[in-house]
Order: sequence, then C-alpha cells, then structure tokens
Amino acid sequence: MTPLIGVVVFPGSNCDRDAMEGVRALGGETTVLWHADASIKGADAVIVPGGFAHGDYLRPGAIARFSPVMSAVADFAAAGGPVVGICNGFQVLTEAGLLPGALQKNRGLKFLCRTVTLRVDSNDSVLTSGVEDGALLRIPINHFEGNYTCAPETLAALQAEERVVLRYVDNPNGSMDDIAGICSEGRNVVGLMPHPERACDPLLGSTDGMPLLQSFLAAASGAGVSSRPG
Amino acid sequence: MSIHRQLGLTDEEANQIEEILGRPPNHLELAMYAVMWSEHCSYKSSRLHLRRLPSEGERVLVGPGENAGVVDVGDGIAAAIRIESHNHPSAIEPYQGAATGVGGILRDIFTMGARPIALLDSLRVGPLDDARSRWILDGVVSGVSGYGNAVGVPTVGGEVVSDATYTGNPLVNVACLGVMPIDRLVLGRATGVGNLAVLLGSTTGRDGIGGVSVLASAGFGSDGDTDASDEDAAKRPSVQVGDPFEEKRLIEACLALLDAGLVVGIQDLGGAGLACATSETASRGGVGMDVDVAAVPRREPGMEPFEVMTSESQERMLAIVRPDDLDEVEALCRRWDVRATVVGRVTGEEGRLRILDGFDGPVLADMPAASLHEAAPCYDRPRRPAPAVPDLPPVPTGSVHAGDDLLAMVADTAWVWSQYDSQLFLNTVEGPGGDAALLRLKHPVTGQDTGRALALTLDGNQRWCAVDPREGTAMTVAEAVLNLACVGASPLAVVNCLNFGNPEHPEVMWQLSECIDGMSEACRALGVPVVGGNVSLYNESRGSDIDPTPVIGLLGLVDRLERRPPGVTLAEGAAVLLVGARSGELGGSRWAAEALGGGRPVGSLPALDLAASTATASLVRDLVADGLLAGVHDVADGGLGVALAELVARSGVGADLDGVDGHGELFSEAPGRVVACVAAEDLAEVERRAGAAGVALARLGTAGGDRLVVAGVVDLGVTQIVDTWRNTLPATMGTPVGAGPGIPWDGEASVDGAER
Repeated sequence: MTPLIGVVVFPGSNCDRDAMEGVRALGGETTVLWHADASIKGADAVIVPGGFAHGDYLRPGAIARFSPVMSAVADFAAAGGPVVGICNGFQVLTEAGLLPGALQKNRGLKFLCRTVTLRVDSNDSVLTSGVEDGALLRIPINHFEGNYTCAPETLAALQAEERVVLRYVDNPNGSMDDIAGICSEGRNVVGLMPHPERACDPLLGSTDGMPLLQSFLAAASGAGVSSRPG
Repeated sequence: MSIHRQLGLTDEEANQIEEILGRPPNHLELAMYAVMWSEHCSYKSSRLHLRRLPSEGERVLVGPGENAGVVDVGDGIAAAIRIESHNHPSAIEPYQGAATGVGGILRDIFTMGARPIALLDSLRVGPLDDARSRWILDGVVSGVSGYGNAVGVPTVGGEVVSDATYTGNPLVNVACLGVMPIDRLVLGRATGVGNLAVLLGSTTGRDGIGGVSVLASAGFGSDGDTDASDEDAAKRPSVQVGDPFEEKRLIEACLALLDAGLVVGIQDLGGAGLACATSETASRGGVGMDVDVAAVPRREPGMEPFEVMTSESQERMLAIVRPDDLDEVEALCRRWDVRATVVGRVTGEEGRLRILDGFDGPVLADMPAASLHEAAPCYDRPRRPAPAVPDLPPVPTGSVHAGDDLLAMVADTAWVWSQYDSQLFLNTVEGPGGDAALLRLKHPVTGQDTGRALALTLDGNQRWCAVDPREGTAMTVAEAVLNLACVGASPLAVVNCLNFGNPEHPEVMWQLSECIDGMSEACRALGVPVVGGNVSLYNESRGSDIDPTPVIGLLGLVDRLERRPPGVTLAEGAAVLLVGARSGELGGSRWAAEALGGGRPVGSLPALDLAASTATASLVRDLVADGLLAGVHDVADGGLGVALAELVARSGVGADLDGVDGHGELFSEAPGRVVACVAAEDLAEVERRAGAAGVALARLGTAGGDRLVVAGVVDLGVTQIVDTWRNTLPATMGTPVGAGPGIPWDGEASVDGAER
C-alpha cells in the first residue's frame, strides 16, 4: 500500500514543498495539513516540516503549538502514529510537548547552513529503523536555534532509554550531548534539526537522507518498527 | 529654504511642475513629485544613456522598464530576474537596510507572477581592519540571513569585496531569480474603468518617508568623525523596517491570487510607496485613478496624507481587481492572514491621478499620472574624462618569493554564506563558493524536473573600472560568461546594478556613460541582451566618489544536466592546465594595486579580445558538459596565483607546477582564462578540442602532494594555504576559529576568496 504522508503547513513554513518532494521521490503520497484544520485527513504519518512557522516570532514553535492541527497531530501521536518534526518542526514538537527539551540559539549566535556528519545512535525509531546503529550520514543543517537542551533528569532518561537517535560527530551548535535528533517514549515521534529531504539526490551532493525517509515511509505503511502507543 | 528644495527638487523642476498643473502645486502634490522625480525613481541622470544598452533577444519576454526582466527558458517556463541596490540604507542601518533590500527585490519578482527561487548578493565594504566596516558587514550579512532565510528563499551566491573606496559608502546589491509558467506573466498596469485598486499586506507607517529622495539620492557627509555624522544618523528614520513573515504570507497570497486569475494587474510598493504604485499602474495602463487616502490602513494615528502617499513601509502590494472578484480576493487573502483594503478605483478621467479624503470627499491632489512617471525630467549632465590612474611602477625582478603576497589575497567567504539558507527548494546543485550558482530547473507549478538547469553569477571589479570604465565593464561581462562556463552554462540575459558617485560631477557621468558603452559592446558581441538594471548614484562620502562599480548579473542555462559540475578542486595526479593565452600584464590587477600602488589601481588594462574569451568559454562549457574536467576555476581577481591557491585550498591537494614567469604571469588578470584540472586519460581529448577551437592551452604541471610549488615563484605548504584561507575572515570578524562556520558540503575545505 502506498503510504499517505500528511505535511503540516503553518503560515511561515517553507520546507513543506521539499518534504513532499522527498516523500514522493521515494514512492509516498502526500497531503497538505493546513494549520487551521484540526485534522490529519487520514494520513498514515505526519511530517512537521522546517521553516519559520508564524515567523518564529516570540520563540520558534511557541505560536504554532496552539494551531488546531496540532491537537490532531497530538492525538495521532498518542495513538502510536508516526510523526517526524524536521528543524522548525522539531522546535514545534518540543513546544507542543510531544518531545522533551527545547532548542536554544546556536553557540556562536549565528545562523548555520552547512552539511554535517551524523551518527545513528539508535535504530529503534520510526525514522532510523532502516539504518545500522553507528552508521555515519552526511546531511545538511539549516538553523539558528538548534542547540538542544533539557533538564538533567530528562537527559538521563533519554540516554537510558536510548532515545537519542542521532548525534553530531562534530557538534556545530552546542547541543547538549551532541544531540541532533531524539524520539518519544513510544519511539513513534522523532524530532531532528538536520534536513534529510535535502540529501536525497546525487545531483545535490548527498543521498544519505534517503534511508531515513525510507524508514519513515515503511513505518507509515505499517512495516516499520513496532510502534508502541505512547 | 523653500519647500521644494527641502524635498530635493530644483527650482527648475518646481517650475516644471507648476507648468504641468497650470497652477502652483499644493504640499501633497509637491511631496509626490519630489519622490517620483528623485534620482532613485526617475533615473533622470542615467535614462538617456541606458537607452544604448541592447535589450532585444529571441528569448526576451519583458525587457527593461518593468519590475523585472523576463526570459523564456523553455518547457513553458519563464524566468524573471532583477537586481537592486540598497546601498544608502545599509550604510546607515546595516541590518534593516540589507533586510529590506531583500524584501524589495523579492516583491519585484513575484509582482511579475514568478515564484522567487534564489537570491544572490554582492557586498562591498571598506577595509575590515576598520571597526565600522566590520559592523556594516556583520549587520548586512545578518540582515540578508535574517530576512532571506525566514521568508524562505535561498541565497545561492554572490560576492564579498573589501576595498578602501567603500569605507564611507558600502554597496549592497541584491539580485533575485524567479520562475513562472509563461501564461502567468502579469504586468504592473491598471486597466478597466471601474476596477478596484486593492492594497495588500502591511499597514502604512511613518517609516521610510523620503527614503528615495533624502537617502538614496544624496551622498554622505562624513565617515563618522565630524558633525556631518549626526546628519547621517538623523537619516536613520528614513530606513524602513522589514517583516519577513508578512512578506512570506504576501508571496503565497499573491501567487494564489494570480493562479486563480483574480488579478488584472499588480505592482509592488517600494521606493516612493503608494505615490509610485498608483501613478505607475495608471500611467502604464493609460487610465486614471482615484485614491482614497483615508482608506489606507495606518500603523499610527495622525498621519498626514503626504506621509501616507510617500511612506515606504514594507511588505505591501497594490492589486487591480474586478469588483465582482473582490469577495474571492478577500477570502483568499484571509486564508493567508493578509490584509486587503480597497484604496482606489480605476477611472477614465483622462489619465488623472486624484487623491481624495474619502471617495466622495474633498480632492486633495489632482495631477496627470504620467507626469509623475514618464514625464519625469531627463538630464544630459556634463561629462568629462576622469584623470588617468598612475602608470604601472617597475615590477621587481630577480629572485621572486610571491608566497606571502599570495597568502595575503586568499580568504574563504564561508563565514558570510554559511549564515544563509542556500539549499531550500532542493535545486542547489552548486551553491555559494563556486564560480557560479547552478540550480535545477523544475516546473514552478507541477514541480516536474526538466532535466535542465539555470545558472547565475554576480560579478563586479571596481579596480578594472577605475582604470578604464569602458573596458573594465566589458571585462566584467566576459568574466561572468566564463564563470557560467565553469558550471557548464551558456549565457541568456544580463541584469546590472550600476553603482557610481555623484552624477553632478562630470567625471562620474563620464564613467557611467563609458561603462554603459562597454557593457553594450560586450553584450552585443556575446549576443546577450540586457533585460533590466538599477542605477545607484550619489555613492560618495565627504565629497569623494566611490570607484565606478557596475555589478553584472548573468543568467545562464544548462540544456542537459547529467552530472554535477567538477567544481573548484584538484584531483591527485591530474594535469593542471591554463586554458587561454599566457599573459604577464599587471595593469589594473589586485596585486599591482596592493604591492605597487599603495592600494590604488595602477597601469592600463590588458587587451580584451571578446572573440578569444568567448572561444575559451565555449570550450570550457563543452568540457564541463562532457565530464572531461576534474576541476575548474576562472582566473580573475588575484590572477592565476589566487586561482591556484583557491583550487588547492578547496581540495586540500597540492600541485607541482612550472612555466609561470614571475609576478607578472602569477598575478596578471588578463581576461578570458581558466585553470583546468584534467585526468591523464582525458588529456589528449582536451588538447585535441582546444586545438580545434583555436584556444591556447599550457600545461603547468601535475596536481598532488602536500605543497603548492610554482617553480621559482611560490613554494607553500597545503596546510598553510588551507589554514590561512579558512581562518582569515572568521578571525577578522571575531568568530573564534573552529567555533564558526566553514565546513562546506563536500567535507574537505570550502570556497573561493572573492566569489561566493
């Protein structure tokens, strides 16, 4: 069955088209989930894409979390549905409480767009199930607020439960414990700062994002990791 | 001082206005004429000369004079392109000056119906050992980053130049490329009596009042150490403030309105605000317009009609819509949280623009719309050749150790461009740091990949143009063509941003006129039309004009994109070739200026052979397309030496070379040349093709090892080159080495000194 991926669009989202292009190139179908509609329209999985939802005004994700669509996404996630937040989407998921912690301004206080090396530290998640533990991936980052932080006890829990799914090999932004991506207790909600959709075509320089999106599509088809309702 | 002079109008211009109206103008009318007849809006000093540029071509759909140039790029797709300066605002308030420069150029593109897909910026500041120049560069880069990234349009290239000529007057030129289905092309004109003028987007405030006249059309008094600096600082309220989130919603709403066929004509509000948008749309459409100034949504109470009409508040558009479509227009704008307010009506009143206080209220101003726009003054200002630059001093001979001079000229610009999102939309095959940006061409509506690509480069060289504005400009065009060839693209169309000093100085007018002739000659010889441009005058401080700085934006096309271009790199064991003629001429070169001229250009320019340069470009383009090059880089600023050092820095691979004679051949900036890296098995074929094309080819040696050795001239360790190149700008700008950006896509080293 061809999985249907819902891509959330807030005013100010700008990686929505790219996420849809990446999904379609891998054989998935896509549907737009408009921020003002409290529905995920029957999607098998949801992507909260990158960009600047509501201009990042106040704080990235701080306004977007109140959008009607987010209540539908939260219900879907609670029922075990696969959800991934990329970049601004990760920020929205932390603000919405679907993932712990927060993303602060980068160390160095500059926006950073460049390709980094990530290490897969857990392949038990909807985004990493198809990748070997320890695999190194070259994927671009593109953010000002990507410096992950959380309470010490939260970090301890993330580590103990192996919920840090991706780490930077050479930490570009000051993230705690080199964290680039984490997953929920149910392992069906993943947030990451790097952009896998930007690394899916040899013409663009890297295809290392493909196995991540493929894992996610497999999860959407029900063939991925065994998602426990969280 | 009389009111018209305070507004920047001359006595003759004031008389002319009185003649047009047949009565003395009132204050509102005078304010509107003042902004519309400003140098910035009317091009009154340059218009006469700009007509000499070739603007015709098979692919040209829209030439100069509209909001953007538009060319047919095949598959039913049109590309819109435009470049503009935001020099003066950026000098006063770097962040907002640059940010609103980005916002303005985006509106020029989507007002044509095109979705903006790429930005490039050309930045020129004073020497970076000066704290104020660092403040300007940091602010400008943050402004481009803060606005461009948030509005969601990638910044894919440009250039950064530091030179003393820009100490008091930096240059910020921003270019934008957009794509659209050809049938969505729309022009900024009002038609249909009874149609409505709907103001979309932001509220109108007091920001940017008189921006085009007070700020953009006058020079600066000082560099910060006299009373005049207070005057410059007092211009800060004339700088507008940008809101990228409003602009993002405005882009989506406008493109949706155009897709739905709900718009008859549309025009952005930039310089001169509503006065400009209403008079230009009416004038172009040959209709009249009534504007209800009271209906304009305001940001603050107590604004006078002249403030509302001339405010340059950002993120606003004026759409002409049929009354029957108004409900649908309002509904679509609501979806994107974009304000839509009817502020005007198209009338048949003999092309008159009337400003009213309520549609049935008193008439506050009444003038022929075309008189603000087409009838603006056009001056043939006096011209006098600028004094020649000094002759080239004798070049030291004998034992040459050029390594230190070379190291002083290399600097990776990744510190700048890694602050920009350069990858959004998944088109960026070659991003900042290469010779030119290369973007996959996808259909703007279906997203279908055409298998082709668009290429773009921005190039300027103030040193060449100070020596000889005519040939210097032609050389700049030729360099842009070579830059495109290095990514495999053929040239399609030119846009230009002409940054010059005070046009009331005859030497500046001569430079401008010569530059336009040089561009015309080069573009005619290359068969490339000029589809748009912008002129920025009064770039002066303390009575001193900047060196003439035409910035050339060249759009190109790759017919079949089958592989990534080789890029600026060396491959271990491959041959290193100089493609194009050897030259030891140092006139106009960066090295001669720095080593022999005390920082100022010296000598006369090497001859430009446009036919030979074109032949080199064609050869390189074909070699790239056929995958015969392992690396390539054009020879320009800093000559062969800098080209080699950048190839080494980006690849981390050294080279053992010979046959370069002294400072002359190492640093000559003679045009029409590239350095190519060719694998052993492809060498015979490359030599055969060069021979067939009549292009000179010199084998310099072989790439490999951990040193760059140019026999008898340079001997440097690769590590030293890479470290110097990578650390110079971060160290200068105060970012600790290692903590800042600088690691590019391919892992090893990044980028190229002068170009990004």
